[in-house]
Amino acid sequence: MTHVVTKNCQACRFTDCVTVCPVACFHGDDERLYIDPEVCVDCSACIPACPVGAIKDEFDLSDDEEQWIRINAARAPILPVVRAKQPPLPTAEARRSELGLN
Amino acid sequence: MAGSAARKVAVVGSGPSGFYAAEALLEAGAEVDMLERLPTPFGLVRFGVAPDHPKLKSVCQNFTQIAGHERFAFFGNVALGRDVTIDELRSFYDAVVIASGASTDRKLGVPGEDLPGSWSATEFVSWYNGHPDFRDRSFDLSCEAAVIVGHGNVAIDVCRILLKSVDELRRTDICAHALEALAESRIRDVHLVGRRGPAQAKWTVKELREIGMLANADVVLDDSDLALGETCEAELRDPRGVAAAQSVKILRTFQGRPRERARAVHLHFNLSPRALQGDHCVERALFDRCRLSGGAFAQVAQPTGETVALETGAVFRSVGYKGVATDGVPFDNRSGAIPHERGRVMDRGEPAPGLYVAGWIKRGPSGVIGVNRACSLETVATMLADFADRPSKAPGRAALRTSLAARGVRPVDFTSWSRIDAAEVEAGAAQGKPREKFTAVSEMLAAAFAGATSVPQPRCA
Repeated sequence: MTHVVTKNCQACRFTDCVTVCPVACFHGDDERLYIDPEVCVDCSACIPACPVGAIKDEFDLSDDEEQWIRINAARAPILPVVRAKQPPLPTAEARRSELGLN
Repeated sequence: MAGSAARKVAVVGSGPSGFYAAEALLEAGAEVDMLERLPTPFGLVRFGVAPDHPKLKSVCQNFTQIAGHERFAFFGNVALGRDVTIDELRSFYDAVVIASGASTDRKLGVPGEDLPGSWSATEFVSWYNGHPDFRDRSFDLSCEAAVIVGHGNVAIDVCRILLKSVDELRRTDICAHALEALAESRIRDVHLVGRRGPAQAKWTVKELREIGMLANADVVLDDSDLALGETCEAELRDPRGVAAAQSVKILRTFQGRPRERARAVHLHFNLSPRALQGDHCVERALFDRCRLSGGAFAQVAQPTGETVALETGAVFRSVGYKGVATDGVPFDNRSGAIPHERGRVMDRGEPAPGLYVAGWIKRGPSGVIGVNRACSLETVATMLADFADRPSKAPGRAALRTSLAARGVRPVDFTSWSRIDAAEVEAGAAQGKPREKFTAVSEMLAAAFAGATSVPQPRCA
């Protein structure tokens, strides 16, 4: 069981999640973040921290979101840890509006 | 910032908020001394997190890593107010961060609350987790029905511990004394009672889901409680209600489940505690049936006039933790927290120089472990801005050491703690447990200073 970052992080990358992660399990590339399932302790602190609801408990994924388990597990270990909040991507606010979440 | 210019900061408390404050301070180049009144670090991760949640306890590895920093020192067994005063600390350090958490509990404020058989969930949790202040408590679990008042994660933790079989708990780090008492427990029914409705419950989805997965207990609830009013439905549709919506969804999966197991969790909503009654000990809990009134996210429970009684001999009050005042530090009794602005302690509207606060004693007792990291980051950012370019003027660690030595206080440093840790892990391994905790300070100190001649002196920066 783990938590995963799903599609809403793309084009946003708000990174609020990393400030509440007790174990530094977030890794990132230029587009989005990923959770290392080997490190995540399933505390769920990051779920309400994400302004676009991108983070989910594996348990709560819909069928078409299941792919994110594999993607997070594959990408996180090869990318650097993101521990401090960073500026969101320039497209973040537009993306949030598009999602109807502001 | 380096060498003699390093800021010297004392952090009081070694739970998550203390460690996250230390982490941020170390990253900013400060020298950090952490004071803890017990010989053991990690606060509620050791004494609060449920024994059957071992994964969460792995945050201790992160804390241990932070403690390994060359500019960090742990002063265990050093109590603020007993071994050092706040004024002394403020004179020794450039800044002091109070991260002492919320160590007591809120009262229900109803008649009979102090009858034998009525306990706070905090006491029970501290007891089964081996807190030295609670090791001698006893809990009479000889009745068949227990009532837990409150709909938060602590309430669910207590519920699980009461309903899991001893075999399920045997391989956790639950204390031996608790395991023995639970083996004798006759409790079969646990009533989890909340004042408001399913949409207002404070538990997290994760914890709620777990009670639906208990091996020996069914979940029972009343269908009518899940018929929500329009205001509640509006809350669930709101982005602020995402977690509540998820929680209600899980509750609906509990509906109509067959009764198959010997034990049960009974979920009750809209019941406000009115009194605990009994001749010499608790025999029943009385509640006012309530309905919700008010706008979305501001609904309050209003009694309907109907009274509901639950026969029980064991009541656990789980309506929140509360902070305790520290001598010489401003405190708001009403909120049970220290008044602050972005982590800077405020004394009657004015900043208290060099005094900061983080974690539950800052913002009140809510939020899981990780939330304290963001909280401590805010405090440290405020402190660093206050420091600006002023040079460090404090003597720091050496002054604390001298003062403690003069009082005959022997601090437990992190190396000594790791000796306690190793002894506990070893004692646990013999029983197939991750650890068997020492529950008396004297035992902890004996392990910390075992073979004292080889005990390394605390590091000097």
